[in-house]
Amino acid sequence: MPERISRDDVAHVARLARLSLTDAELDLFTGQLAAVLEHAADVDALEDGDIPEMTHPFPLHNVLRDDVVGACVDRDEVLAQAPLAEEGRFRVPPILGEEP
Amino acid sequence: MTTGTSAAASPVALPPYEQVVAEYDPVLGLEVHVELSTATKMFCGCSTAFGAPPNTHVCPVCLGLPGSLPVVNAAAVEAAVRIGLALNCHIAPWCRFARKNYFYPDMPKDFQVSQYDEPIASDGWLDVEIPTDDGPRTLRVGIERAHMEEDTGKTLHVGGTTGRIQGAEYSLVDYNRAGIPLIEIVTKPLEGVGSLAPVVARAYVAELRDLVRGLGVSDVRMEEGSLRCDVNVSLRPSADAPYGLRTETKNVNSLRSVERAVTYEMRRQAGLLSAGQRVHQETRHWHEDTGLTTSGRSKEQAEDYRYFPEPDLVPVAPRDEWVEQLRAGLPEQPSVRRRRLQQQWGFSELEMRDVVNAGAVDLVAHTVAAGASPASAKKWWLGEVARRANEAGHDLDSAAITPQHVARVQALVEQGTLTDKMARAVIEGVMAGEGDPDAVVQARGLGVVSDDAALLAAVDRAIDALPDVAAKVREGKTAAVGALIGAVMKDLRGQADAAGVRALLLDRLGSPS
Repeated sequence: MPERISRDDVAHVARLARLSLTDAELDLFTGQLAAVLEHAADVDALEDGDIPEMTHPFPLHNVLRDDVVGACVDRDEVLAQAPLAEEGRFRVPPILGEEP
Repeated sequence: MTTGTSAAASPVALPPYEQVVAEYDPVLGLEVHVELSTATKMFCGCSTAFGAPPNTHVCPVCLGLPGSLPVVNAAAVEAAVRIGLALNCHIAPWCRFARKNYFYPDMPKDFQVSQYDEPIASDGWLDVEIPTDDGPRTLRVGIERAHMEEDTGKTLHVGGTTGRIQGAEYSLVDYNRAGIPLIEIVTKPLEGVGSLAPVVARAYVAELRDLVRGLGVSDVRMEEGSLRCDVNVSLRPSADAPYGLRTETKNVNSLRSVERAVTYEMRRQAGLLSAGQRVHQETRHWHEDTGLTTSGRSKEQAEDYRYFPEPDLVPVAPRDEWVEQLRAGLPEQPSVRRRRLQQQWGFSELEMRDVVNAGAVDLVAHTVAAGASPASAKKWWLGEVARRANEAGHDLDSAAITPQHVARVQALVEQGTLTDKMARAVIEGVMAGEGDPDAVVQARGLGVVSDDAALLAAVDRAIDALPDVAAKVREGKTAAVGALIGAVMKDLRGQADAAGVRALLLDRLGSPS
C-alpha cells in the first residue's frame, strides 16, 4: 500500500489544530488516517464517468433568505455562557501572534 | 507568529524616490475589502447597524453555536454580482463558499466563511485615469477576482501598551461585526507603471470607491472601515526579471495613505536591496502618524488555512437572465459620469482634473444640488476646505463639513451677509465642530453689519477720531478716505462691507463719491 499520509503530515495537521499528540498517538493516527485516505482512493479509482462532484447530499442551490432583520439573542444570556466577560465583551486570554 | 527578523536587521537609509524608480521596477497588488450596507449579516438576520453596544447584534449563527445553520443573504449575493459586473468580471454560474480555518478569537467559529477557488466574480478590469505631465492617461487595472465572505469581530487588547497586541494581558471581543457581508476585490499583479505606482494605487482605490458608491451597495468610508485596503508591493531590478519578494501592508485607511504606503514600501525595499539585504515576505502595518510601516507577521511559511467547501451552505448559482437583468440596471460608470458633469458644470479639463484629483466630484455635485454654483462649490472645496483637511491630515470627504454647509456659506456670501474672509472663518468654525454655518455666524458674531444705526455711529466715531483726515475729504481729496474706512472696519471688527462704508463716509462728508 503506497503511503497516503506521513507521520510528519499528521504532526503538521495536529499542530494546526492545536492538538498535542504523543508519539504513540502520532503512529496510531497516521495508520488510521492512511486507511481513511485509502478508502477515498478506492472510490476515486472507480469509473465515475459524468458524475458531478458533490459537496452536499441534496441537489440544492440558491437557498437564500431576504435581507430582513431578525431577532438577536440577549447579551447577558450570551455572556453568561462565556468563561469570562468584561464590559459587555468576551474576555479571552492574551493573543499570541497576529490576526490572520 | 511575530518575528523580529526585519526589525533586527541593521537600519538602512531610505533612498530618494527618483533613485528607487531608476533602479527598480515595482509590481503592485491591491486587495480591497468592501463592507456591504445590507440590513443584515451575510448568514443570519442580525442587524449590521454601526455603533450598537458590544455583542448586541449577535445570534447563535454568528456566534458559531453548535447546531446553528447559516443561510445566505440574497441582497449580499445581488451586491456581489453587481460589483462583479461593474468590474467587467465573469460571473460564475455556480460557486461555493469555503471555510478558512484559523485560530484567532475574532471569529468564534475558528473559521471564516469565504470563497476559495470558486469566487463569484473573476477576470475583470477597471480603467483608472492618472494625471501625468503629458495630460491624463488611462490605465487598465486587471481584476483577478471578487468574492463574498464575512467580516470578523473586533478585538480590544487590554494591558501592556494600550491597544497593542504585544504585552497585552488579555483581549476583549465584540462580535457585532462578525458576519457582516464583505466583498474582497483582488487585482492582478499591476506591472509596468514604474514611478507612477503610488499614484496608480491611489487612483485605483479612489475609482473603485466611486464605482461601489455609485452602485449604492456600501458606504465605502475608509475612515470607518467600510472600505479597507491591503497593499502588496515588490521590487525587481527590471521589467523582465521575475517578481521580487513582496510585503503586504495592512491598516491603510485613507486614499492619501495608499499613495504614501506604496511610496514608503518602495523606498524601504529599495534601501534593503541596494544594501545587499533581502526583503522579507511578511505582513506590515502602516502607521498614519509616522508614515512608516512596521513588521508584522512573517509569511515565510505559506499560510495553511485548510480551505474546504463549507458543508453547511449549498452552492450559489446566479441564473443568466438575472445576471443580465442586473447588468442592464448598472448605473452610469464613474468615468462617464465625470465627463457628463464636466460639461454640465462648464469646467475646463484642468479644472475638472483638479476636482477629480481632490476626490471632490461627489462633494461638488452635492453642493451644486444644494443650490451653489459649480464654480463656487469648486472654490470652497478645493480651497479653504481642502487646505484645512490637508492640515488635519485627512481626505476631503472625511472633512467635518457637508455639501449643504458649503452651499449655505456661499448663499450667505451672495446675499451679502458674509465677506469672503468671514466665510472662511465660518468654514473653520463648522469644521471645528461649532455647528452649522448659521450657528457659527451667530456664535462668533460674524456677519456684515448692515444695521444702519450701528454703521452710522461707527462712521461718526471715525470722523471724530480723525478730524484732519475728515477735513481733507471734505475738501475733495477723496483718496484720503481710506484711513477713515480702516478706522470704521477696525471699530466693527471687519464685519462691514468696505464699499458700503466708503459710500457712507463720502456721503457724510459731503464729498462726491
